Amino acid sequence: MEINNIKNEIGMTLIVKTVTRLTVGLILLYGIYLIFNGHSSPGGGFAGGVIIALSFIHIMLAFGKDMALKKLTVPFARVMISAGALIFLSVAMLGFTKGAFFLNTLFRYKMPFNLFSEGSIPLYEVAIGLMVGGALFLMFVTLVLMQKVDRDLEKRRK
Amino acid sequence: MDMIEIHLLLVFMIIAAVVAVRVKDLLSSVVAVGAAGLGLSMAFLVLKAPDLAITQLVVEILCLIILIRATIKKDLPFSTSGRWVFNTMATLSFLAIFLGFAYFSLKNLPRFGDAIMRVSGTYLEQGYSKTGAPNIVSAIILDFRGYDTLGEVTVLFTAAIGVLAVMRRIGRRKAQGGDK
Amino acid sequence: MTAYFLCLVLFSIGVYCVLRKRNLIKIIIGIGIIEYAVNLFLVLIGYRGHGRSPILEHGRTIENMVDPLPQALVLTAIVIGLAVTALMVAIAIRIYEKYGTFDITKMDKLKG
Repeated sequence: MEINNIKNEIGMTLIVKTVTRLTVGLILLYGIYLIFNGHSSPGGGFAGGVIIALSFIHIMLAFGKDMALKKLTVPFARVMISAGALIFLSVAMLGFTKGAFFLNTLFRYKMPFNLFSEGSIPLYEVAIGLMVGGALFLMFVTLVLMQKVDRDLEKRRK
Repeated sequence: MDMIEIHLLLVFMIIAAVVAVRVKDLLSSVVAVGAAGLGLSMAFLVLKAPDLAITQLVVEILCLIILIRATIKKDLPFSTSGRWVFNTMATLSFLAIFLGFAYFSLKNLPRFGDAIMRVSGTYLEQGYSKTGAPNIVSAIILDFRGYDTLGEVTVLFTAAIGVLAVMRRIGRRKAQGGDK
Repeated sequence: MTAYFLCLVLFSIGVYCVLRKRNLIKIIIGIGIIEYAVNLFLVLIGYRGHGRSPILEHGRTIENMVDPLPQALVLTAIVIGLAVTALMVAIAIRIYEKYGTFDITKMDKLKG
């Protein structure tokens, strides 16, 4: 039967796979929401970045590592880390034109408590969110992918 | 005492930590550390720090996943060596001396609930007009103390590269091509 | 005062675990307990009785807010603690592949 075929593949049981398909997009959306609203409500770049990494790790735990690596490939994760760090440094260096490092110069709209309010803090939050999410996902993928030598070691010792 | 919730949460965290230290099974001790982290997240909520509560909760989940993934199939046969009584007595006496000195020095701190905010008074008054962010904690870590965030980005980058460097397989093709 | 002392008792439980256990994963768990105790102590110092969270809203004044500076420092420290724990677990996995055990009294070869 078809249900038995689905159960015997890699990953977890059928209930976990169905619930993952329904909720993992919402988890990613919540992480992006926390990053973009970090300047006016609790949250910020760090929590949003960790939640983005958690959504991709959720796919990896439920479906196996091949499906997760198709959604977020390892070269793209490396680009995420480097882009986050470079955006952070370049927005900080822009303050040099006005007198000091990290000076807050951009986007002086006068609309507080909204999404695009004044200051350059939302750009910093996006850079930190990219960097934290990419780094944590890459660390977990490395710990999972390179554990193949286990069975050879046990066979040689017995 | 006025803040009874903080003391109850601290007692819960101490009990969870003692369970994590004394239990011989690795999976049970990892679950007990997870319970201690959940108590810490609730303590951050009672202390009026919502940013920290969200961050501590999700970081706790990721830490549990990494620890369980690393230790799921590996046990250790338990065995004690000699001089066990002397080592335990030495450690406990060192910790008792540390707690004794800590009690005398904790008396000089301001009373719990009476913070002296000499630097933070300036940050609270001028935070919104100078940076434009209503969340004062975000304004501090990204504008007033931006160098510390730059240091944190560097540490995360180094840790990610470090994990990639430690788990590299130089002799992988040799092991797969036959035992040598 | 009692809250500070209980926090230091939690710290000393973590130190006992790092000093006396022989399993490498138990040592990593002990370092995690030390991180929890230190972060809680820093946030406890900056609390103000019957205070409010340090986020401005439309109708609020800035009277009686808790101290935002320790919260900003601890926010960074939590994420760095996670990265260091992941690095320690990676090193522990490599040690297991070389020696076949997690027991620290059996690791006596200095040469790689």
